[in-house]
Amino acid sequence: MQDKTDLTSLIFGRLSLESIPYHEPILIVTFAIAALAGLGVIGFITHKRFWGTLWRDWITSIDHKKIGIMYIILAFVMLLRGFSDALMMRAQQAMAFGGSEGFLPPEHYDQLFTVHGVIMIFFVAMPMIVGIMNFVVPLQLGTRDVAFPFLNNFSFWLTASGAGLTMISLFVGEFGKTGWLAFPPLSGIEGSPGVGVDYYIWSLQIAGVGTLLSGVNFMVTIIKNRAPGMTLMKMPIFTWTALCTNILIVVSFPILTVVLAMLSMDRMLGTHFFTNDMGGNMMMYVNLIWIWGHPEVYILILPAFGVFSEVVATFSGKRLFGYSSMVYATIVITVLSYLVWMHHFFTMGAGASVNAFFGITTMIISIPTGAKLFNWLFTMYRGRIRFELPMMWTVSFMVTFTIGGMTGVLLAVPPADFVLHNSLFLVAHFHNVIIGGVLFGMFAAINYWFPKAFGYKLDDYWGKWSFWLWTIGFYAAFMPLYVLGLMGVTRRMNHFDDASLQIWFVIAAVGALMILGGIVASIIQFVVSYRRRDELRDHTGDIWNGRTLEWSTSSPPPQYNFAFTPVVYDNDAWTDMKKHGFERPREGFLPIHMPKNTAAGFVLAMLSAACGFGLIWHMWLLVGVSFVALIGGIIIHTFNYNRDYHISAEDVTRVENERSQQMDRYA
Amino acid sequence: MTTNATDATQNLPSSHFYVREHHPEQGTLLGFWLYLMSDCLLFAGLFATYAVLSHSYAGGPSGADIFDLPLVALNTSFLLVSSITFGFAMLQMQLKRVNGTLLWLGVTGLLGVAFIGLELYEFAHLLGEGFGPQRSAFLTAFFALVGTHGLHVSFGIIWIIVLMAQVKRFGLTTDNNRRLMCLSMFWHFLDVVWIGVFTFVYLMGVLQ
Amino acid sequence: MFFPRLRYGLALFPLTLLGGCGMVVMDPSGDIASQQADLIITSTLLMLIVIVPVIFLTFFFAWRYRKNNKTAAYHPEWDHSTKLELVIWGVPLLIIIALGLITWISTHKLDPYRPLDRIDVNQPLAADHKPLTVQVVSLDWKWLFIYPEQGIASVNELVTPVDTPIRFHITSSDMMNSFYIPALAGQIYSMPGMQTTLNAVINDPGEYQGFSANYSGAGFSDMRFKYHGVSDDKFDAWVQKAKQQGGTLNRPEYLELAQPSSSTPVTYYNSVAQDLYHAILNRCVEEGKMCMDQMMMMGKGDGEMADGTIKHGEKQKHGDASAEKMNSDDMARKHKDGQDRQ
Repeated sequence: MQDKTDLTSLIFGRLSLESIPYHEPILIVTFAIAALAGLGVIGFITHKRFWGTLWRDWITSIDHKKIGIMYIILAFVMLLRGFSDALMMRAQQAMAFGGSEGFLPPEHYDQLFTVHGVIMIFFVAMPMIVGIMNFVVPLQLGTRDVAFPFLNNFSFWLTASGAGLTMISLFVGEFGKTGWLAFPPLSGIEGSPGVGVDYYIWSLQIAGVGTLLSGVNFMVTIIKNRAPGMTLMKMPIFTWTALCTNILIVVSFPILTVVLAMLSMDRMLGTHFFTNDMGGNMMMYVNLIWIWGHPEVYILILPAFGVFSEVVATFSGKRLFGYSSMVYATIVITVLSYLVWMHHFFTMGAGASVNAFFGITTMIISIPTGAKLFNWLFTMYRGRIRFELPMMWTVSFMVTFTIGGMTGVLLAVPPADFVLHNSLFLVAHFHNVIIGGVLFGMFAAINYWFPKAFGYKLDDYWGKWSFWLWTIGFYAAFMPLYVLGLMGVTRRMNHFDDASLQIWFVIAAVGALMILGGIVASIIQFVVSYRRRDELRDHTGDIWNGRTLEWSTSSPPPQYNFAFTPVVYDNDAWTDMKKHGFERPREGFLPIHMPKNTAAGFVLAMLSAACGFGLIWHMWLLVGVSFVALIGGIIIHTFNYNRDYHISAEDVTRVENERSQQMDRYA
Repeated sequence: MTTNATDATQNLPSSHFYVREHHPEQGTLLGFWLYLMSDCLLFAGLFATYAVLSHSYAGGPSGADIFDLPLVALNTSFLLVSSITFGFAMLQMQLKRVNGTLLWLGVTGLLGVAFIGLELYEFAHLLGEGFGPQRSAFLTAFFALVGTHGLHVSFGIIWIIVLMAQVKRFGLTTDNNRRLMCLSMFWHFLDVVWIGVFTFVYLMGVLQ
Repeated sequence: MFFPRLRYGLALFPLTLLGGCGMVVMDPSGDIASQQADLIITSTLLMLIVIVPVIFLTFFFAWRYRKNNKTAAYHPEWDHSTKLELVIWGVPLLIIIALGLITWISTHKLDPYRPLDRIDVNQPLAADHKPLTVQVVSLDWKWLFIYPEQGIASVNELVTPVDTPIRFHITSSDMMNSFYIPALAGQIYSMPGMQTTLNAVINDPGEYQGFSANYSGAGFSDMRFKYHGVSDDKFDAWVQKAKQQGGTLNRPEYLELAQPSSSTPVTYYNSVAQDLYHAILNRCVEEGKMCMDQMMMMGKGDGEMADGTIKHGEKQKHGDASAEKMNSDDMARKHKDGQDRQ
């Protein structure tokens, strides 16, 4: 019997039937809905006989365009989950007054605010920006793919694996109850003995490796794979922000890796990095996690800034004002973002001089950020502005982000922070900049580049509904939180005693419902656009009269992007070409050298996920087997030297002729 | 920048704006170097943690109490010599000599194994005395930093074996040469990190 | 035009709300908090110098340069102006310089570790003043207040006299919390094994909210206490009440109190073990556990084994002056007493 128990624990670790939350009706209902939706999707794919295509053309694809689209799909799915968490929190906080406990058990609520933050940052915002960069950057550079296409596929599946592990925590076990950064001692083994923090650690470690590899990939792509003649200072501005974003990724994510590893060692091996006793120091964790955390938020916002630069120039019909200034501002922001991390914990008691130093460096960052805003304004000045959806999102961003930035500089004054830290004022501030900045930027990007990716525009009517519901909903949901913060209300509370606060929470809940309307309108927008795609078709590839090279390709671009590599002489290379009467060549095509699709990225990522699951549940057999398989798989993969092929000249000619015919028909 | 009014509307032949064949530059070495710099940051985090926790003995031993400098000196010499032997391997690679490359790679690997072996011996000894990573924050940080370096060396040894197999089977192709150069960067980088380790951990620890 | 004055007024309007609406952060009762509230207003006004024109220009340019407005000028190639760049970078720089100076000065002036130099804007400190010392321990999930000079303690109720400087020494049992009374002063973290300090004064008598501002686990939402600012007489009366009603707070009682519980009712203690706070701070309340400050001055072979027993080795201890228990003034001068200081 002893052997059987040992074998059982070797295989199953601490996983048991009790790990499934039968007693939680909300979770059971959620699982039922998710299972039905999942079955629906599987049924649909089977009905359309799409499995083969799915595997061949998407899952194993190393094409940056496909990978970009998959990232964004992942981000949208996770947005639904993360936003459901937000709705539940708003509902709970609007209800739980004067003795009422609300409808959520406290241990459920405490997981909600943790997982909401983790999902929104790691599995919504990050995949969205990485997805947009994936799709756009090689096209803007005039090249055929990123520097390391296989690694690109692997990065995506690692991110998806991390998201998958977090999703599994909903139905098997639980998630952490520590807040999205999991400070010890609460996240240590004594503060959180369950599996929750382990799910947190391994989801983020796996996704973090994917992101780091992506960072290296894009840095090399931008440095090495530019079209001839495209010097750094002739790159599109979005590519500049992408470069700086990826530099930030490469320099900051190793710190995340190391601090999460240390936390997991404390939990699993009984070490003393952050424990209360035996010399551990919890302040070390706070410092390390924020040394990663602050560059992380700049990783999120810089691509959005890049999107706005492109959109403002295109839709004002004007060159971007102050290109060099924009580049230098981006570089300054990149460097400075490493010098401000302590502003996240002024209240930890570092002393006045240290606090003041970091407060001042934080304020200094607002100078280049402000310069960017002014440059967008002066791009609009004396332009001819078309208020297509991307431009609408941009104007809303400019106002909303400005307010958020202002509250940020306010929080950067340490004595002001002493009264506002961890309050709902802080929560309002960071949602202000992340929603108003990052999310609005991503909506602008999606509306802007969707026609390029899919060959037809997105429906305007539903897009406008989405825009107004999001904008007004955002203000309704978060302005009350500024007021509540000034009323002394702290964050992460699951019930309140003071009934006079309730009205503000109710207004915030109404705002959240409006945002829900905005999300629903987006989904409808996608469906309606698909249905009306022939009316909304982009025939020329240049639906907005764009300025950069991606608009010289067809919509969608061919697999190889450019039959002939463009040569660049100026910023806004496509505008330059159009101005000089460029006509697309229609013959003389050569075979094109392309990388092959591969299953290796998917398989290795699934093995990583299995290893992560095993580590969470102490299933050591699974850990051992999957880890060995992972290393073995990587080694086997390196024995495959046959990773590319040529698209024949005939195939290229056929694709290019189809485009010529489409353009002629339209003209 | 302003454009000249005269060439604003002048048409140019379309061929001005494309080339028929273009091969982007090989980015693997730059990419690997960037990855290595991110790894450097990982070690920076471990060094910083060590610096903060290096005096947190919790009533247990300090560095001066447990560090065996002669052993560490021997280990250091293994690693430094292994960098030299890897250099010899690279010279053989440039002379296009498969057997020479394999020989020196093998020697490097063996020196790496010796390094790891001695390190494991050191760790086992400490654990036996009750001075494992669970004893104090100082020991935690020590084992984490030195252990992570050791893990990297171990992966390097596995990589040496794999690359030896690949060179033996496919020869000194462009791909394999590139891989050898990446491994070379990796191996020398680990050597540099070790110099940091034995300076800041062992030497300075003993001087306290 | 686009009603610039109206826009400016609209932007400032929210500030008028700050006085009312129960916004304790903007209308506090303690001198430190008042200065912090003033700082919020000053900083906001400074920033509005840039923010208001930016928001105005956004709407104005969007409207004026819309495609359908053919009367507006259109200069598609104009993308540079050195003069404008100087203004764009220069004006924010000047504002940040001003804000930076304000930050440096106010951060030092309102440093929680800094002893007070006034009672409020009108009242300086008496030359012979002595601050009231209160030791604060954040437990799971309640607050313990020890008054070493009065020899009493209370759970979830804090009382101090009005217009008397208070010096809080703050630590925690097991979790990181944040000691915060918005009406009184800013917050500061409470951390196990470490001590933080907050200097503050309450100027108006009243009842105020106190709570933890850092999430610390299941009972966090109930981790609230009442803070009463009272006259000197009422304070003495309250101390007497505690002396009459309370039990003793020695190590066993503390260990029991430290067990996780929430919504703990107000409790008083009429006597507190002399070295209890020192033991809490150095994490040696349990029998046989070695205090952290003792551990710091030990040689090789001494110390706590994994099973908690103390072993004594042969080597010399290297003791020095810093191993002496630090009194509260020494502790106030060092920022934190951490186990890794030597």
